[in-house]
Amino acid sequence: MRTGFATRVWSRAVLTLALGLACTVLWASEGAAQDAGRVKTVKGTVYIERGGQRELALVGAGVRQADTLVTGPDGAVGVTMADDTLLSAGPNSVLVIERFLYDPNQPGSFETALTKGTLAVVSGRIAKQAPDAMRVKTPAAILGVRGTEFLVRASAGSP
Amino acid sequence: MRVLARRSGGRRLLLSGLLLAGAVACAAPPPAPPPPPAPRADLVVLLPGPDGKVGAVAVQEAGRETVLNTAYASAHTGPGGPMVPDQATPDEVKSIFAEALSAEPPRPVTFVLYFVEATDQFTPESQALVDQVMVAIASRPAPELTVAGHTDAVGTDQYNDALSLRRAERVRDMLIARGIPPASIQAIGRGKREPRVPTADGVAEPRNRRVEITVR
Repeated sequence: MRTGFATRVWSRAVLTLALGLACTVLWASEGAAQDAGRVKTVKGTVYIERGGQRELALVGAGVRQADTLVTGPDGAVGVTMADDTLLSAGPNSVLVIERFLYDPNQPGSFETALTKGTLAVVSGRIAKQAPDAMRVKTPAAILGVRGTEFLVRASAGSP
Repeated sequence: MRVLARRSGGRRLLLSGLLLAGAVACAAPPPAPPPPPAPRADLVVLLPGPDGKVGAVAVQEAGRETVLNTAYASAHTGPGGPMVPDQATPDEVKSIFAEALSAEPPRPVTFVLYFVEATDQFTPESQALVDQVMVAIASRPAPELTVAGHTDAVGTDQYNDALSLRRAERVRDMLIARGIPPASIQAIGRGKREPRVPTADGVAEPRNRRVEITVR
């Protein structure tokens, strides 16, 4: 009886807390229709280059096809794509989102190029739709992604 | 006066420190030229997932292909350029990729809500699950949701596409009513394309009448 009450109070407290947090959540910016992905984590200096412009990347920023993500010597960035692919780059990295075509009901295509630095990938739905629908390029090779978790270092970068 | 004395004392200390440093520098042999940096190789390492499952990556260059399909299988550029298969260790991975790995976004999580046949009404258990969805949203940076409707295999593709989208939109509306911005939710209808339990066409299967909410 007592534990039942305590549990109920406790679960209600957790729920209230969660709902309270939901109100303070940093939501993604509006106009998300064109976005292929979204910045979820940022450490140090991170830029998004788009159409010759360079902007500091903040948590919640949209990432689009043809964008380049650039991290500084102290930087790291994590992005979740619309197909649930996770990309995260370490310091001194340059990652180009060359192509991102995703329709849940059609085979898509996702190509990124790591020109320098380090990258961790957890592939998502596009890689599941068809073999080699997702590719990651490095200066020396092309990686056909059949799933799911892997790491890439490009020769021009550090560490 | 006191302040002045102390300050000049500090300066004297600084000066003697500099002198000492100079003496040490003079005494030490000239530093050896730094070794040329080791050429950094392109490197690929396949990781096991949290459930221990290992996928596969095909490494393609110059018309050749190496498939990595075991835990920590790796490939890197050799001296002449081509990729050489190898085996990495967890320690190596940690030393090279620690920062990239620590920047990884939270893993997307999926909740499944079930529907009463041929309707867009939830089962009672599914109502309660929505609270868990709200908790998942609250714990994530810049959260987004995909709400995907699914049907069982009774009826035509067209009918099921429409029904699945209606189910997804109903869930989307409910999430909006609970304070989630419409721009953060995408509702899609997947019809009978992706059954949770595979059946022959025309079979009524409650476990396939569902909406999957993915929070990422």
